[in-house]
Formats: sequence, C-alpha cells, structure tokens
Amino acid sequence: MGDDILVFAEQRENRLHAGALQCVTAARSLAGKTGGQVVACVIGDATDQAVAAVQNAGVDRVIVVRDASLRLYSPLRYRTALAAAITKVGPRAVLMPATFMGRDLAPRVAVCIRGACATDVVDVSCGQNGAIDARRPVYNGKASCHVTLPANRVAVISIRPNVYAPSSGAAPGAVEPLAFAAAPGDDRVGARELMRAGGEIKDVAEADVIVAGGRSLKSEENFKIIYDLARELDAAVGASRAACDAGYQPHSRQVGLTGKTVTPKLYIACGISGAIQHLAGMRGSKVIVAINTDAEAPIFKAADYGIVGDLFKIVPLLTQEVHKLRHA
Amino acid sequence: MKILVIVKQVPDSTTVIKFAASGRDIERGGVKLVVNPFDEFAIELAVRLREARSDVETITVLTVGPASAAEALRTCLAIGADNAIHLQDAAFDSLDELQTAALIAAVVRERGYDLIVRGKQEIDLDSGQLGPALAELLNLPHVGAVTKFELAADGKSAVANRRVEGAEEIVPLQLPALVTVDKGLCEARYPSLPNLMKAKKKPMTALAAADLPGFADAVGGLGGSTLERLEPPPQRPPGKILKGEPEQVAAELVALLRSEAKAI
Ligand SMILES: Cc1cc2nc3c(=O)[nH]c(=O)nc-3n(C[C@H](O)[C@H](O)[C@H](O)COP(=O)(O)OP(=O)(O)OC[C@H]3O[C@@H](n4cnc5c(N)ncnc54)[C@H](O)[C@@H]3O)c2cc1C
Ligand SMILES: Nc1ncnc2c1ncn2[C@@H]1O[C@H](COP(=O)(O)O)[C@@H](O)[C@H]1O
Repeated sequence: MGDDILVFAEQRENRLHAGALQCVTAARSLAGKTGGQVVACVIGDATDQAVAAVQNAGVDRVIVVRDASLRLYSPLRYRTALAAAITKVGPRAVLMPATFMGRDLAPRVAVCIRGACATDVVDVSCGQNGAIDARRPVYNGKASCHVTLPANRVAVISIRPNVYAPSSGAAPGAVEPLAFAAAPGDDRVGARELMRAGGEIKDVAEADVIVAGGRSLKSEENFKIIYDLARELDAAVGASRAACDAGYQPHSRQVGLTGKTVTPKLYIACGISGAIQHLAGMRGSKVIVAINTDAEAPIFKAADYGIVGDLFKIVPLLTQEVHKLRHA
Repeated sequence: MKILVIVKQVPDSTTVIKFAASGRDIERGGVKLVVNPFDEFAIELAVRLREARSDVETITVLTVGPASAAEALRTCLAIGADNAIHLQDAAFDSLDELQTAALIAAVVRERGYDLIVRGKQEIDLDSGQLGPALAELLNLPHVGAVTKFELAADGKSAVANRRVEGAEEIVPLQLPALVTVDKGLCEARYPSLPNLMKAKKKPMTALAAADLPGFADAVGGLGGSTLERLEPPPQRPPGKILKGEPEQVAAELVALLRSEAKAI
C-alpha cells in the first residue's frame, strides 16, 4: 500500500459522471496529506471523451481499462477491472461517486482487495496514525456519523455527489492503458442493455435542479404546472410518496427514504408537507425552496426560502418569472 | 430451490434521534424497532416466487442482531419464511459491515442457497454494503437495487431490471446469485394475526460465536472500520419566509435564487 489516491472515474456512454471530478477534489486533498499522486481509472469500451474530461481535471495519471465487454456496467467485470488497477497502483485509498454504480461497486471491490469500506461519504480526511476519517449521514440524515478506516487496509470510499466542488487542472495527466483480463465466472452476470428513460425531463438522480410535487397536486394532469416549471429550469420532476402511491407520478420519481436520495443544487418542494421520510431523501440539497399553504408544515423548517401560499397560483408565476429571466 | 433472505431490525423511520452517552449509538430505550423497509421487499419477493412456482423448497430468513431482533425474524416467518437463523453474540456488535458480511458468509457458505435476497440498504446506518460484499465473499454474481426480477422456468437463470440515473439496466444473470431489492419491485404485505401465532412454531436457530469455530478467521482479514461518534447533522441557518401577493413573492423568490443563492 502506497500514498497514491485512486479515483474510479465513472462514465456511461463515454460521458464522465460529474461526481468523478468532485472525487478528484477530495482525492487531491487526501494526496496533499499522504504526499502521493492522484490517479484516475476509467473503465469501459469507447471512453476517449471521458478520459479527456478527467485527464484535464488535475490528475497525475489516468489508467484506462478498455474492452468491448466493459461497454455496460457489470458488477463482476468492473470489480475485476478496478481491482487490477488497484493492484497496479497500490493506492492508500480509492474514491468513487456514490451513484448506483459506485454504491454497488465499492463494497464488492473492497472485499476483493481485502480493504475497508465507507459509502455515501460527505467529508473525507487523513486522520491520526494513518487512519482515514470519513463523515456520512445516517438515520435518514437525522444524524451524522464519523467512521475511521484502519491504516493497514486500502480504504474504498464512495462520495456523495454535489458535496465537493469539481476539480479542474493544469497539465493533463499521462494516460496508461491496462489490459483487461476477465476473472473466471465474470460472465455469470451480463449487461444486456441500458434503456434511457424517455422524454426531455431528466431523472431526479442526475439533475442539478429538482421541482417536486406532493399529494396536493391531486391528479396526474395537474402535475403539468410542475413539468412546465421544470422545463423552464432544465430540471427533473420529483414527487412525494403520497403522490406516487396515488398514481400521479411513477415510483421512479419518488424522493425520500424508500425513493431516491438526491442532492441537487436546488430543490423546490411544491405542496409537500415535509414528512421525515421525505426529508430523508432531499435534505442534503444545497438550496431548498418550499411552497405550502400551511405555514406550520414541517418542510419550512428544512427550507432556505419559503412561500406560504397556493401552489396552483405560485408555481405558474414562478415559471413566468424564470422565463423572463432566461429570455431577458 | 433454496432461498435465503437477510434482514436487519432497525429503528422505525419516524424515530426521534437522541444520542446515547457513549456518543457512538442512539438512545435505544422506547424506540420502535421494525424490519428494515427494503428487507420487507426482499421477503416479499421470496414469498411471491414461492406462490408463483412449484420448485421453491425453503425460504430461510437470517439476521445478525441482539435478542430483540428475533422479533424481526418472527415477522418474516409470519409473512412466509419457513425457518430462521439468528446470529447473536456480543462479539458480533463490534463488527463493521464487511465483517458482518464475512460472518454471514461463514454461516451460509455450506448451506447451498440458490438465491440470496436482501434490501438495497438499511435505513439506520444506510451503508448498503452487506449485499455486494456478501456476494463477493461467496463468489456469487449479484445485481443491486433491483426493481423487477424474473426467474427462468428452469430456475437456473434470471433477468433483473434496475433503475439507475436516467436509465434502466436490464441484467441477465446465472443462479446461484444474490440480489438486493429497491422500492418499486413489489408492495410488502403485513403479517396476519393468525400467521403471527403460527410463526411461533416455526424453527429458529440461534448461533453464537462459540458455535462458529471459523468465526475469528472469517472476519479477521478485511474491513475493520470503527464508528467513532454520532452527532447531530450540520444545521442549516433558518430560512426566509417571503410574504406578500403571489406575483410579488414569485418575482422576489426568482430574484433571490439568482442573486443570493446563485442557484439558477
Ligand atoms: C417506511 C416509510 C417510508 C416512506 N418513504 C417515503 C419516501 O421515500 N418519500 C416520501 O415522500 N414519503 C415517504 N413516506 C411517506 C411520508 O411519511 C408522507 O406520508 C409523505 O411524504 C407525504 O406526502 P405529501 O407531502 O405529498 O402529502 P401530505 O403529507 O398529505 O402533504 C400535502 C401538503 O400539501 C400542502 N398543500 C395542500 N394544498 C396545497 C396547495 N394548493 N398549495 C400548496 N400546498 C398545499 C398541505 O398543507 C400539506 O402540507 C414513507 C413513509 C413510511 C412509513
Ligand atoms: N442483518 C444484519 N444484521 C446486522 N448487521 C447487518 C445486517 N445487515 C447488514 N448489516 C450491516 O452491518 C453493519 C453493522 O451493523 P450494526 O452494528 O448492527 O448496526 C450495518 O451497518 C449493516 O451494514
């Protein structure tokens, strides 16, 4: 085990995940303490754009594992590929975005290399005696937990998106190919296809801005005003569980404890009471706006900006105002 | 086909968090404990597979936890599991997630399960490590955060769907395998009162460290993270409530989001 910090730079379809550059920022701060290099690892098939994007973000080296069988994510093949990169680099720690891919891959890789693991971390630093300190939200965000990962094992850590600022760099890091050799049995799980969720409206898990509606929207048709504002803001549409259970929105848009955890730059909650299970999924957002007729609704306690009022009046007005701003 | 469902007992999601004097745990007195909601989907999936097919021989439910965790096992037995394994020992309390997975691997390795099911994460410590870690330890393929799962007629393979950022992955896999399940896969059912009574007669095996000679070796080689302390989440400064006519507050909000919050 050495001093370098390895970043698994997640890409899909040759697009680098924004969280990868945020991990480079975290990695730079760790490497500043360990005295090692920041090394990125890109795994996939056609990955040149993703490689270029991370190469220019302040990394010293980029290891590229390219193979046709790595075009789509597979927990087995990606584990084998990343473990090979870890063996080559011998890093102190491995960072990756806490996406669906990263959360899935981190524990598997950690076991494979006999390391230690922490997931969905919001702050990472070098602790005493060579340990690594990580802070992560627990109990639906109702508490924060400090964990130390032991000095004698490689630390594999997934980093919550949108917590660290993206890194940008000076000189491009050198690119080194690493051949992929599948491990026996890696073909037991395949990856048949990746179907893009249709339409122009983004998914909540990948959006910087989310406009979310609750039970108070009363029907699927009424969600149109939420979609109108979302389109104007280039945002995703989210929903409370009550709205999803009532059939106004698909479960894939549910935010919360049993829905998705999101950390956008802006979350606009329209007619959502702010039940603890909803807050669990969105309280990590940078800026929170609440619109609710009930001044006592708990969502206002979590909000940076609140409007006590009828969403059916306020939301279309917001759409107009944003439109004016965008076309001014 | 033998199915294993792994569950965890967790504080109910509405629990008001108070910190224990040690600073490393929450105050447990009076806290309502439930089956981790994602694990409820896991047991539901197992029971539905049995209802739909004739080749499911047994459904075993397993947990690691204190005496109270037997209650979570009973609930799963009432929902439809046939037998339960309770790993309970003070020595297990200090294990981290990877070591907990190693403990479970040591217990289930020889038992020949065809399918292992688990919720995608726990709602208390929220790590989601156990499923993928256990799959790696048992050298099984896994698919994480599954929202659809179709087992082939011969029970030798399956196709799982999982929703990822803005897309859906369709993943074929061979059994034996492990899957972790997400919301949307199915609605979990509640155990009926008569079934809760019947569950008391179903077999539950308790195993402690002394029953597992290989335990120390199994957990010694990996992990070792330590929970140092719990604290309240970072506080947000109090928010601004905008007052006035709808037209006025809407304009004011958009202006603030642009100039003050720099969010649009
Ligand atoms: C185990 C478990 C898991 C859960 N997981 C989730 C989860 O993942 N996500 C989730 O969201 N919930 C979850 N819940 C449910 C949660 O407890 C709440 O029931 C749910 O969030 C309420 O949704 P809501 O705010 O849309 O509805 P309500 O609580 O009914 O709130 C509606 C709000 O709209 C306001 N309102 C009404 N009319 C208007 C109007 N015209 N203009 C403006 N405001 C208006 C009301 O004042 C009220 O505050 C979970 C619950 C449990 C037990
Ligand atoms: N069924 C289970 N019993 C105990 N621990 C589990 C179980 N499933 C997962 N774990 C993991 O073990 C870690 C330690 O558990 P605990 O100390 O009991 O909170 C948890 O954070 C979980 O990730």
